[in-house]
Amino acid sequence: MTRIVHKFTRSVPDWQPRVTPVKLEEATPEQLDALKVTPSNTKVSAYVLTLAHDVESLKVRSPLFNAIMYDPGGMSRAEREVGALAASMVNRCIYCAAVHADRHAKLEKSTEVTDELFLNGPNARLSPRDRAIFDFAVKLAKAPPEAGAEDMAKLREAGLSEEEILDLILSSALFGWANRLMHVLGDPVAKTAKA
Amino acid sequence: MSIFETTALSVAGIAAETATGAAAATRANIMEMTQAAEEAVLAPEDTGAFPHELRAALAARVARLNGDNALAGRYLAKAGTFAGLADTGTDGSAEDLAAVVGFFDKVAARTADVAAEDIAALQAAGVSDADIVRLCELNAFLAYQIRLIAGLRLMQGDAA
Repeated sequence: MTRIVHKFTRSVPDWQPRVTPVKLEEATPEQLDALKVTPSNTKVSAYVLTLAHDVESLKVRSPLFNAIMYDPGGMSRAEREVGALAASMVNRCIYCAAVHADRHAKLEKSTEVTDELFLNGPNARLSPRDRAIFDFAVKLAKAPPEAGAEDMAKLREAGLSEEEILDLILSSALFGWANRLMHVLGDPVAKTAKA
Repeated sequence: MSIFETTALSVAGIAAETATGAAAATRANIMEMTQAAEEAVLAPEDTGAFPHELRAALAARVARLNGDNALAGRYLAKAGTFAGLADTGTDGSAEDLAAVVGFFDKVAARTADVAAEDIAALQAAGVSDADIVRLCELNAFLAYQIRLIAGLRLMQGDAA
């Protein structure tokens, strides 16, 4: 029996695909290249093996993802994680929310913000700056997007620069993408003890 | 291609000499990779079950579902014989694509509600696992591009 996780948590679950991932021993040279498989690196996650079904997308997605979340300059990494987490909460991607809440807590060396968000959702008590960031990212993640001029004005009132605002748009939008892969193509399942 | 000619910046109407344009220029690599990602899902070499015109039609449909008629128009121009699918009042049955279109709409607009049964239904309709992943990548990329464009317009001060 697998136990599917339905509630937001910072404990990162396992991810169980709903389709059959590419089998490493049957992968094409192009898939192996995109998977960065080498004789010394043969560990590839079920998620990446699932995405290897569309190798052209996988190849461009990974560097784009890393640039949006980790490139220097602009918004801090922790605040980009708030953007990612907000979108993941809108789309109820339990797995994505866990990974990025955990990263936020580690970057900030504090679980205060993510505890608040998971406990109180939209009513979480946040600093004015985090409030403006979270609310904008939530509204941008809705379908259709609901962010408006007032939400943009609040970001500027909270002191965000144009570069920081662009990074926030990118991180929330990127998780509109990531959530539609992780939440749609698989289930978050409670980790089982490793044999 | 200048980054201001990419789909995201040109549809959002961002010019180089503006404050928003200057911010975008600091992330030129991201704007270039965003365009490369569009190529990979709209016009891949390996199309699977979804030819380029069908992909463009589905892209136009999702843009419309999200209220972005400018982006929809750009994709619709490439939709060829599948252009009818961009009409959100249709359900794909005329093209024998009802299962695909129903899934596509749900992933785009009711993401939180997607469940294992939705994938099982596609499999039961004869869609291969590789094609299910291709559909999700197309849909997921569009979710990103639509929101990037919406955010850029807000930065520039255009009405949403």
